[in-house]
Amino acid sequence: MTELSQHSPALIPLLYLAMAILLPILSLKTDRVAYGYTLAGVFLATVIAGFNVSRILDGSVLHYHFGGWIPPLGIEYVLDPLSAFVTVVINFIALMVLWHSRFPVILEIREKKAPYYAIVLLMLCGFNGIVLTGDFFNLYVFLEISSLSLYGLVAIGEKKSPVAAFRYLMMGAVAASFYLLGVGFLYLETGSLNMADLTRILPVLGEQPSVIVALALMVMGMGIKMALFPLHGWLPDAYTYAPTTTSSLVAPTGTKVGAYVLLRILLFVFGIKFITQAVAIGRVITWLAALGILYGSIMAMTQREMKRMLAYSSIAQIGYIALGIGLGNRWALTGALFHILNHAFMKSLLFLVSGNLRLKLGHSTIPQLDHSVRKKMPWTCAAFTVGALSMVGLPPTAGFFSKLYLVLGTIESSDWAFLGVLLLSSLLNAVYFFRVLEKMYLRPRGKKPGSRDIQSREAPASMLVPTLVLALGILMIGILNFFIVNRLLGLIRPEGLG
Amino acid sequence: MGTAVSYPSLVPLLAVLSSTAAIPLILLSRRHPNLREFWTIAAAVAKFCLILSLLPGTLAGRNAVIRVLTVFPGVDIALRADPLGVLFALIASGLWILTSFYSIGYVRGAREHKQTRYFASFALCLSATIGVAFAANLLTFVLFYEILTIATYPLVVHKETPVSIDAGRKYLVYTLSAGVFLIAGTLYTYHLCGPLDFTAGGLIPSGVLTARSALALFAFLMLGVGVKAAIMPLHSWLPAAMAAPTPVSALLHAVAVVKSGVFGVIRMVGFVFGPGILRQFSLQQILIPAAAITIIAASLIALKQDNLKRRLAYSTVAHLSYIVLGASLLTPRALTGALAHILFHATMKITLFFAAGAIYVNLHKENISEMNGIGRTMPWTMGAFAVGAVGLAGIPPVNGFISKWYLVWGSLDGGLWVPVAVLVLSGLLNVAYFFPIVYIAFFRKGGKELDRKGEAPLTMVIPLVLTALLSLILGFYPDFPLAFFKLIDRISTGVMGGLS
Amino acid sequence: MLENLIGYYGYWFVIILMVLGLSAMMTKKNLVKKIIGMSILQSGIIFFFIVSANKFNATVPIQTEGLEVTRTANYINPLPHTLMLTAIVVGVATTGVAFALVMMIYKRYHTLEEDQLLQKMKEDD
Repeated sequence: MTELSQHSPALIPLLYLAMAILLPILSLKTDRVAYGYTLAGVFLATVIAGFNVSRILDGSVLHYHFGGWIPPLGIEYVLDPLSAFVTVVINFIALMVLWHSRFPVILEIREKKAPYYAIVLLMLCGFNGIVLTGDFFNLYVFLEISSLSLYGLVAIGEKKSPVAAFRYLMMGAVAASFYLLGVGFLYLETGSLNMADLTRILPVLGEQPSVIVALALMVMGMGIKMALFPLHGWLPDAYTYAPTTTSSLVAPTGTKVGAYVLLRILLFVFGIKFITQAVAIGRVITWLAALGILYGSIMAMTQREMKRMLAYSSIAQIGYIALGIGLGNRWALTGALFHILNHAFMKSLLFLVSGNLRLKLGHSTIPQLDHSVRKKMPWTCAAFTVGALSMVGLPPTAGFFSKLYLVLGTIESSDWAFLGVLLLSSLLNAVYFFRVLEKMYLRPRGKKPGSRDIQSREAPASMLVPTLVLALGILMIGILNFFIVNRLLGLIRPEGLG
Repeated sequence: MGTAVSYPSLVPLLAVLSSTAAIPLILLSRRHPNLREFWTIAAAVAKFCLILSLLPGTLAGRNAVIRVLTVFPGVDIALRADPLGVLFALIASGLWILTSFYSIGYVRGAREHKQTRYFASFALCLSATIGVAFAANLLTFVLFYEILTIATYPLVVHKETPVSIDAGRKYLVYTLSAGVFLIAGTLYTYHLCGPLDFTAGGLIPSGVLTARSALALFAFLMLGVGVKAAIMPLHSWLPAAMAAPTPVSALLHAVAVVKSGVFGVIRMVGFVFGPGILRQFSLQQILIPAAAITIIAASLIALKQDNLKRRLAYSTVAHLSYIVLGASLLTPRALTGALAHILFHATMKITLFFAAGAIYVNLHKENISEMNGIGRTMPWTMGAFAVGAVGLAGIPPVNGFISKWYLVWGSLDGGLWVPVAVLVLSGLLNVAYFFPIVYIAFFRKGGKELDRKGEAPLTMVIPLVLTALLSLILGFYPDFPLAFFKLIDRISTGVMGGLS
Repeated sequence: MLENLIGYYGYWFVIILMVLGLSAMMTKKNLVKKIIGMSILQSGIIFFFIVSANKFNATVPIQTEGLEVTRTANYINPLPHTLMLTAIVVGVATTGVAFALVMMIYKRYHTLEEDQLLQKMKEDD
């Protein structure tokens, strides 16, 4: 066992890869095993991710050399507090979403279940690879693995999904190409593809034009991937037309992975000094983030369909994280990291709720909701309330605390404009969430009360339990936030951060 | 009186949580109304007793403290039973017991729907209010303040009519916006001064603030608490919130929510900024005119209201600014008057609201123009109403005149006579908008619909008579039955000690 | 100036390819043409790496008699070539997925022109 645990950084992607390949073979006769098999795999991966976190809680950074080749020649995986943190978030959320996926997949994917789950596993392999790798080109490979899987997952759906997927593919291909080009420039200038190596080399090199261009290209590529305004065009359609499980899986995790890469590149590899003095990329990102926050919040207010509303809301939330990254001080970074955790929980919860609604009511269009929803699906509504309160940022939910840190971050760097944006967006969020809550809970007098005994047609257990677990999680994270921030997030210390 | 000593104790936390614990019990007993009501009363009594147990210690200078969690370095979620907190908590929890009985009568008499949600939300509100009262630092205060906002929303929209829903929206817009400013202000304070523990006399060290930052911080924090304290022009939500059932208006909008607002104002003035800093930057010059204008304007608007509850709402707006005025005058007597008014206004206003509810349930009347002769039909109710009205006008022997006296005195202490004029004028306006109601109730002949009608149900009449009696007795013995005035004295000295 | 143009001819070619590809992706209305554009863009980037691996007077990175392996100036840099092998495969896969999507779109909407597609999609609502 100790032998195996030595390999723990590499185990997760390998596990997913192996399972993804095996699944189609196992499902040749029947696809009934697909659900359980996938769930077991993700559960195992989550356990390993948790184990990984325990390995780095003392602040150590573990390097895993593939094949025994020493970097910078060989490819390595790096397990440090940041990557362990993001890995466990991604896998846990995936676990919850896939648990929930049983009925939506049966309903929406029908006969393509096994391939669907296989692609899901492949995508998770890609995500985990991106987060764990310590090599820039390896990152490109896993980026493409996850992206291609994602395009497929989005396309398996209702009528408009292939078009949304195609558009996503076009933009994603450009993104990956830019990223690759950036890596190329970086390699040409420094001779290395290894992140740790580059951290040493770049300060010595100074501000070469090619390095700056490399940075710009990589940021642009990642910006498209994480839907940073104004590179977000693919997101609303992709999230809306994709099947329930795809949106629920991708919305909380996909953009986070992009944010992770941005974080890694900006704060760890290039470093605070470079991004503030050499080229003010930090500033540019904060302004784009602020615009994205406002844009996303305002657009979300006008949406009638819940998934679309959540999609625009995601753009705003990514803005929060990007703002935290770009501001470049301790509090802002803590806020961004904490928000990665919180948003993953909140968004997955909300998408799962919309899935519950679609299963039982047949739709998730907001104007068509009425108070009977509360009688039919009380637990789902309760979970939605928790998620909504957290998105608005009301205590004691987790969202309150990540906003708190972000606000502190803006005060710390005296960015009053961004403070205003953050505060304003909380209020805008309140508008579109309370609208739904009003619909669910309140019945304007004058409407007929409907039958007295509305049967509870709550979503089935496999969908309800993960929803409730996530809701509970949001409350627990809120209450225990200091614990998490101190013990885990505090270990993530880029150089030179105030 | 020496400086206070803190000792660790679980009691403040238990006091906050006692009604939260009741919520699941209330939800589970939805099919057994009597059991459900029992939980509410039990929680109310338990809460009151717990807080009562803290009184002797606090009076002697020993404050119970409990640290729950750390949030930032140096900032915890902590509760402390200091004199101001205990004062507010006693008022809120004591009146909650009466309001619970009254509520039971009201919702059954009016056959309100969704009674379970009503009682459960009420319980949560009270938890939040006690949390606000016992908050030991700005962050905890903000936390419970926001929870209070969310908890009161279901009660405001309870009737679910379009009017109620609109009122709820307005309420949220105002209070959430205020919350946002409050959070910003709190974090700004943290950025400037570190730990946020409420300290009598001010927590911000001198020399930290510049004129600009002081003004900005003051603006943020005052906007934050000013909405719930209904300082004009942030008050519009209060008349709109009268769309809620009367017990909600009575307890929350005459006692818990709005008093949390003025409580917040006193915390900001006395325990965050402190008289020293306020004077240094002349910040009280902003508050005093705002309060004065609110008093006069609200009283004038009250004159024009025909709906009884709306008239009471505007009267509340005016009286809340009595408290704000007293706090901003920065003299010990003025502060004493303000603190006393928190208690006295609560007892008097709640009487009036209870009466309004009784009239509605019993006679289905809401507008004053329809209330001819109801005094004959409901003598106890209108008698209590009259007592409350007299007190609010500041006429002895009802307790209102004591707090007014102190406010006037305190103003003169500070050398300002304009507030005195405002208070006197307001007293006259109070007479002008309350006495006609009493007059037409007793001295005009009622219509046919009053034949064969009697008093409102006992569960409603008894509480309101009790609160009226309390107002009367407090006028004679302000320390009855609990050492309120001793508490108030402690607070004033603590905050103002060292200044005249 | 002229020597810049001639000396770096490989890079200029790369620029042309990338711009061609990108503009095709953006301006062409036919979905297949967009995919072609994407393919050209990716080819451009692959070319970039390969051109940058080149060295003056160096030969293919296979051990040859008479040219010492330890003198790296003898052989062109093999690393970008290997990276690009991966990138080519990725490009092929992406193109494959893109065409699969195009087939799905055609099956459902019977058109591959973007404006007609948007029109049909609007009618669906």
